[in-house]
Amino acid sequence: MHSIKVISPGFLTTVQDTGRFGYAHIGVSASGAADLISLRLANLLVGNPTQSAGLEMTLVGGTFEFESPCSVALAGADFGATLDGHEVPMWCSTYVTAGQILQCGPTKRGARCYLCVRGGIDVPLVLGSTSTHVGTSLGGLNGRALKAGDVLSLKAPQEKASGEPQRIKQHVLDSIGLRETIRVTDGPQMDLFSDEERSLFTSSQYQVTEEADRMGLRLSGPPLKQHGNHDIITEGVPLGAIQVPRDGEPIILFVEHQTTGGYPKIAAVISADLHTVGQLRPRDTVTFEFVSVEQAVTLLAQLEVLITTGSLEAA
Amino acid sequence: MAVDSSSKIGYREIDFLPMLSQEPSYPRFQLASDCSLLVTFGDGISRKHHSGVARLFELLRSEQHPAIRNIHPAYSSLLVSFDPLLVSPGEFETFVQGLVNRIDSVGLLPLRSVKIPVCYDSAFAPDLQSVAAHNNISIEEAIQLHSSPQYLVYFLGFAPGFPYLGELPARLATPRFPTPRVKIPAGSVAIGGNQTGIYPVSTPGGWRIIGRTPLTLFQVDWKPPALLQMGDTVQFNPITREEFDDLSKKK
Repeated sequence: MHSIKVISPGFLTTVQDTGRFGYAHIGVSASGAADLISLRLANLLVGNPTQSAGLEMTLVGGTFEFESPCSVALAGADFGATLDGHEVPMWCSTYVTAGQILQCGPTKRGARCYLCVRGGIDVPLVLGSTSTHVGTSLGGLNGRALKAGDVLSLKAPQEKASGEPQRIKQHVLDSIGLRETIRVTDGPQMDLFSDEERSLFTSSQYQVTEEADRMGLRLSGPPLKQHGNHDIITEGVPLGAIQVPRDGEPIILFVEHQTTGGYPKIAAVISADLHTVGQLRPRDTVTFEFVSVEQAVTLLAQLEVLITTGSLEAA
Repeated sequence: MAVDSSSKIGYREIDFLPMLSQEPSYPRFQLASDCSLLVTFGDGISRKHHSGVARLFELLRSEQHPAIRNIHPAYSSLLVSFDPLLVSPGEFETFVQGLVNRIDSVGLLPLRSVKIPVCYDSAFAPDLQSVAAHNNISIEEAIQLHSSPQYLVYFLGFAPGFPYLGELPARLATPRFPTPRVKIPAGSVAIGGNQTGIYPVSTPGGWRIIGRTPLTLFQVDWKPPALLQMGDTVQFNPITREEFDDLSKKK
């Protein structure tokens, strides 16, 4: 049987791909991997299409038994993974034989670790995607996090593997490493915030609170005041929007965010830095820096070239 | 399922006056992020602003620009997210401006009238008493007020299939709870401020629960998955507990 058995699931492990698009107009947000770059690199390492379904592990990883031989890769935060007791390198493809047990532990740094298997995890498509939207129990494995005893089927890979272990080049890892400064572009309600408030926003350090999950990250730090009304008429909100509710403490809206909202938005995280947000844990600190939309798109284009062109080498 | 396509309620003549000449600073275009564009048709909730949203939504869907990832219509605005590596934000804004220039040409939208059976029984309506008390009316009056209007489905948002309905009679307006309930049962009909809606799936929520519908409002294998769509007219039809149980069994 081409499958993986879940011995223990870890803190919050879900099936994720690159997202479910096209249904925001009926209230379904995209979900998908919180750190898309790590998921895509893990898929690259095992020769999968970039959007194949993998496992997203959060803070503490799971223990898995492989029922048949396959190639796997771990990317993202280092969860100290071992295979039958031997250390498994991150950012590398690893060959696993039938019956071997992969054990992942607590994170050393960063929030999420991705496990991708050659062929991809086989769960039914829901509205065109295998991503799990945990908040509304949609997609993935029965709309929920993995539990002990779950058996995940694996898809058969399209072509035979080359057989040579691969790893991600160091210069790529250096470029995608954790950053404390998150770059943002102007939010649609920028003019509700004074120059002083905008300066406060970019000169302060904000700390991620315990209220941080796939839906959003509540930050604590110097509160931001707005002129006039705290609420605006409900409007569509994008991934990465930074909204400021009544108490003035910003919230970064994340992959399972609600499709519409009524709080003023001071900024939005640039697409190229969203994967950094996916690695933030409670008590991590961040600062924000405004960039233009042009700069944001240039950074995204550079990141895309970095991960898709010549990012692999023999291990 | 009570969906009546022949009904003429919904958009009226007034919604088809040329829109672009009405308010000088609108429609407004802003990039809400490096990969999303917000188009706002006016300040405040009105059927006129909303008809611009509905028509732009139709145009975007029929044009099927390959870079579009998602469309989020709302009361008086519409957010479109796109892949900025397939089209630059500037080019995309130009494309959408071109569509907005054509919205006056978008014809009458198909109109559907949907009757939603609601049981206002206290077992399903833990907050009906507090809504009535807040507004100094009886429970019977509250039910009567809530089930009389023809509500417009302005848009779906917040959760899968959740309809934002307008307008709620002023005498039913009741503030949301400061701390949301951890779980609102699926099918709950609720009031939040001066809005009313129906929770299709069980989620946390801070609105006041005043009833429950036995209808399913969202199912992933339906095409489309949501029972309601933007532009529908909804009327709540009070049913007894027995009728609720009967309809639930038939599902």
